[in-house]
Amino acid sequence: MLNGIPINYYIMLSAVLFIIGAVGVMARRNAIIVFMCIELMLNAVNLLLVAFSTLHNDASGQVFVFFIMAVAAAEVAVGLAILAMVYRNFKTVDIDVLNRLKE
Amino acid sequence: MLGLTITQWLFGILSLMAIMFALMVVFTRSPVNSVLYLVLTFFCIAGHYLLLNAQFLAVVHIVVYAGAIMVLFLFIIMLMNLNTETEQQKHIIARIISGVIGGLLLFVMVGALKGAEQINLVQSGASQIGLVKNLGNVLFHEFLFPFEVASILLLAALVGAIMIGKREPIKN
Repeated sequence: MLNGIPINYYIMLSAVLFIIGAVGVMARRNAIIVFMCIELMLNAVNLLLVAFSTLHNDASGQVFVFFIMAVAAAEVAVGLAILAMVYRNFKTVDIDVLNRLKE
Repeated sequence: MLGLTITQWLFGILSLMAIMFALMVVFTRSPVNSVLYLVLTFFCIAGHYLLLNAQFLAVVHIVVYAGAIMVLFLFIIMLMNLNTETEQQKHIIARIISGVIGGLLLFVMVGALKGAEQINLVQSGASQIGLVKNLGNVLFHEFLFPFEVASILLLAALVGAIMIGKREPIKN
């Protein structure tokens, strides 16, 4: 079934997805979109972990991905709660407005 | 057809779709559309998991990411009533610079990984490691302690999210 897809292709695909996420973090101002781009980067890494786990026929990689998903779910819950609180206090989630730490 | 097997066709199509939808996430102005494109990207990644014979992870990925996390994002965006008009864009120079930085990063990564050894993926007809039974065995034998710690982490996140999100009493 899975014959003849070199691992290099998976590495390239993960690199491209990761970099799209990184560009999104740099180029967008909406904090929620930035957060979503971080999720995209996490997923690129997950995909690579699963690919190598299949390559080496070792289940540990897939268990790691399972744990990463649990941590990502916890992170999203807390992060979105923080963003909701920020929106309640400042009426915006624009990261160029939320720069009080700079001053 | 071009000497490619059906798996290779599926890999190519899924990869193209995943990259295209990921680009749309970054370049769409409306936040709601961004979320929907991210859901599509996650479905493509779940398809990749299926191709790699990791059925359990594919199902968990769809349930957790496309089902739970993205619904949270959608709810928050609708609560804040964000749309294209309220969406502020960065200065054009900042956007161009971030694009250039991303391109350079991609250049470096591709250059560094190009010379890597060409290894074909193992024949996964024999590989059963992605199935629920096998993963459960590994999870509850080798990784039992991390599993328990993860449950405590989820509990802490639950309590923390409720505490942070609670509306504080109005003080005069």
